[in-house]
Amino acid sequence: MANLIALIAGLVFGLGLIIGGMTNPAKVLGFLDVAGDWDPSLAFVMIGAIAVGFFAFRDAKQRKWSELGVSIDLPERTNIDQPLVIGAVLFGIGWGLAGFCPGPAVAAMLIGGSQVWIFVASMLAGMGLYTLATKLKWL
Amino acid sequence: MTTFTPWQSLIGGLLIGFSTLSLIRWLGKVAGISSIVGQLWSSKPDDRGWRLAFVIGLLVSPLLYQLFSPLPAMQIEAGLPLLIVSGLLVGFGTRLGSGCTSGHGVCGLSRLSLRSLVATLTFMLVAIVVVWVTRHLLNS
Repeated sequence: MANLIALIAGLVFGLGLIIGGMTNPAKVLGFLDVAGDWDPSLAFVMIGAIAVGFFAFRDAKQRKWSELGVSIDLPERTNIDQPLVIGAVLFGIGWGLAGFCPGPAVAAMLIGGSQVWIFVASMLAGMGLYTLATKLKWL
Repeated sequence: MTTFTPWQSLIGGLLIGFSTLSLIRWLGKVAGISSIVGQLWSSKPDDRGWRLAFVIGLLVSPLLYQLFSPLPAMQIEAGLPLLIVSGLLVGFGTRLGSGCTSGHGVCGLSRLSLRSLVATLTFMLVAIVVVWVTRHLLNS
């Protein structure tokens, strides 16, 4: 049951990304290009998602167990530390360079061709590098 | 240059919101794509199934969309070297910073988390500066 709900959630998430325009890197860059031909569309994606998400998490905070009876895993960390900010800076540079963030890149894999696969492979390598770095205690 | 699509984008956002809602309400999980994907291999076996199912849903979503309507255009301006550098930065940065546009930008802001607000403002501002540098400063 959990896997079926997760599958549907993934499908709906992907449809939202496609309909919202997030799977088109040119549109993402157009949103980030505030000094040029600014396309504010993606702000509306955020507004729509948060409008539902706000109530979803307000409700989740008051529960201990999910509808399927497992514990609700809400992030517990509240500290603003160096890894958070440095990570966000690195992600921001990468996002601004190509216009892809993780969700849309994965959602575009079966329709976008080799460029998307190269991006996703590099992204997975970057994630693997992070895991390696933590295991070797570099971070 | 792309056209402004407020209604479509709002509907897309609502769908993303409902997806997040179903994950937290039924599975008790946060819909952060970089964490779902990044912990696909390192997660314990009993924590892996839902991640895999979610990723499969995400992968298949454009094929489902295609059954009803032609897919919107996808224009990738970045060349090969840029795609690789960008991918590495996105992968490493989202894991180090514990989230991306979905985990911090949607879920974190929905939870009213200050930590996620700081992360979201940081990556948005940095990305805006990068686009300004590549599109305006280096191109003029």
